[in-house]
Amino acid sequence: MLTDKLAPALATVALLAAPFATRAAEGGPSLPHAGNDIRDRASLQRGARNFMNYCSGCHSAQFVRYNRMAADLGLTEAELTANLMFTAERSSDTIKSALAADDGRKWFGNAPPDLSLIARRHGTDYLYGFLKGFYADPSRPTGVNNTVLPGTAMPHVLADLQGLQTAVYATHAAAEDAAATPEIEKLELATPGALSAEKYDSFVRDTVNFLEYIGEPVQVKRRDLGVWVMLFLLVFTGFAYLLKREYFRDIH
Amino acid sequence: MANQNDGTIAGGGLWGWINARFPLDKMLKQHVTEYYAPKNINAWYLFGSLSLVVLAMQLVTGIYLTMSYKPAATEAFASVEYIMRDVDWGWLIRYLHSTGASAFFIVVYLHMFRGLMYGSYRAPRELIWIFGMLIYLALMAEGFFGYLLPWGNMSYWGAQVIVSLFGTIPVIGDTLSEWIRGDYFISDITLNRFFALHVVAIPLIMVFLVVAHLLALHEVGSGNPDGVEIKKYKDANGVPLDGMKFHPYCTVEDILALGVFLLIFCGVVFFAPALGGVFLEPPNFEIANPMQTPPHIAPVWYYTPFYAMLRAVPSFLGTQVWGVLVMFGAILIMFFLPWLDRSPVKSIRYKGWIAKVALALFAVSFVVLAYCGMQPPSGIFPLLARIFTIVYFAFFLLMPWWSRMGSFKPVPDRVTSNAH
Repeated sequence: MLTDKLAPALATVALLAAPFATRAAEGGPSLPHAGNDIRDRASLQRGARNFMNYCSGCHSAQFVRYNRMAADLGLTEAELTANLMFTAERSSDTIKSALAADDGRKWFGNAPPDLSLIARRHGTDYLYGFLKGFYADPSRPTGVNNTVLPGTAMPHVLADLQGLQTAVYATHAAAEDAAATPEIEKLELATPGALSAEKYDSFVRDTVNFLEYIGEPVQVKRRDLGVWVMLFLLVFTGFAYLLKREYFRDIH
Repeated sequence: MANQNDGTIAGGGLWGWINARFPLDKMLKQHVTEYYAPKNINAWYLFGSLSLVVLAMQLVTGIYLTMSYKPAATEAFASVEYIMRDVDWGWLIRYLHSTGASAFFIVVYLHMFRGLMYGSYRAPRELIWIFGMLIYLALMAEGFFGYLLPWGNMSYWGAQVIVSLFGTIPVIGDTLSEWIRGDYFISDITLNRFFALHVVAIPLIMVFLVVAHLLALHEVGSGNPDGVEIKKYKDANGVPLDGMKFHPYCTVEDILALGVFLLIFCGVVFFAPALGGVFLEPPNFEIANPMQTPPHIAPVWYYTPFYAMLRAVPSFLGTQVWGVLVMFGAILIMFFLPWLDRSPVKSIRYKGWIAKVALALFAVSFVVLAYCGMQPPSGIFPLLARIFTIVYFAFFLLMPWWSRMGSFKPVPDRVTSNAH
């Protein structure tokens, strides 16, 4: 009798669990935790400022509308046009970069990707790690390389803020195999920038927070609405249970 | 006033007027109010009605998506983001549809497993099973065509890999895959025809098959966990003694099931619509790029058991067609289940330990294969996939023998368990 009950139960659990099984990581270095808070409006506003000042020169966010963003971030139309709109003419425009894709390819070897969905593609930890992962590498045309995306075409546009890091390599690798790429143990700040390490971290965190927001502008509203939907469904299911119980009094 | 075929008076007014011209009352009685389902059906019997609900939801949300979606390679990806951001409630419609696809497969897999447990496919229900399998095939095709439509990079490469499977068929392979794509590679032309198939052809076929599935079911009557026929014992009015009216009894039960299902479903839609990259895969948030493959191409989770089998079979005689044959064979073999099962009893309740172990092994192999299919083909996964491909096929191919072995408990004449 036990197997009677157990086999189906196990199969159900297994079938239901299958889609929840997590995928193997794509490989690469372990990433620091971004720790951003999508409900922190002040952080999102700072992130928007950072994005417009440092990212939007080269990167577009072609699916993001200025006025929708302003409304979600609690900014007025006047604040939006005065502080955040550099290239667009109307507040209903989407965020386009001034850099033409062809020029991007010519200058960097790669057109800078659109950032609308970058957080949904790579996750916030990846972006946080990437923006903190630049280090001096004279062999690269930009003079920098990145621990999260080795060989990136992107120059370190935040170097003024962060300063310049250098890589400290693990000692054992070189002796074993000279041809192998030495393993980076950690990054050290060689030249300090305008911001302290903590301030730079929070600068990056705000920026990543904004990138997560533009990945899915509706996400906060979605979760808030979801709570009410679940409450309704709980009540609905409760009554459905009572109804079913009442009817099944007739069935013997 | 209208006289019906069975001699009863259908009543006057509009109702009578309609019934004199169309068998509305008769059909309602036959399929709803006077259709008798066994009293002892349990929670496993709820997934049929749930899959009907999901089908309806997919049709309705699909119609709304079509109003804003643009089936062109240059516009498709942006139009999906337009739906997500600019269309009122577009995000909800899209998430209901994308989560609905996965939910469809979950309820259908559970529905099929119920069939395996209680022998729902045994005579006289073979045709119900065949129609059901055809629905499952149509569902797989529907999911495959639909997955290309967002025109993300995983959409693109997933379609590329699956269509190229047809290229492994000797002699006609290349021509065949070119014919499917309508081009030498996955292109705007492919997207257009997949759109046509996804929104018109396959849904039409599916609705037709669902009707056939239900008509066949209502002709022979529903099975039950005891595997006995309730039509054998009827009262003076011809009502099965162990039956209950579909409406209101099954309908109130189905409403409760719907509530529980929606709690889980909406939990995903509102709190984790991508489900950690399983329902919506991260590489698909990048537009299709023929020059750059995603780091690891895998189909969506509901195809992965079969994808794992495809990869598990090595190529020999200079062709990889064997893996393709095994993959399609794994699905086709299920059609023959009614004739492979030679057990003297239908339900697992009256079978011995051999059948229980076999069924458990099958369930485990399906889940392990699904997991292997999601992983890169390295480490332990190719070996696991091979072992469980063999287990999967052994379950079916050896069924004519193992299903007859061991001892069986006597099957009662009437249903045993009461309604819960």
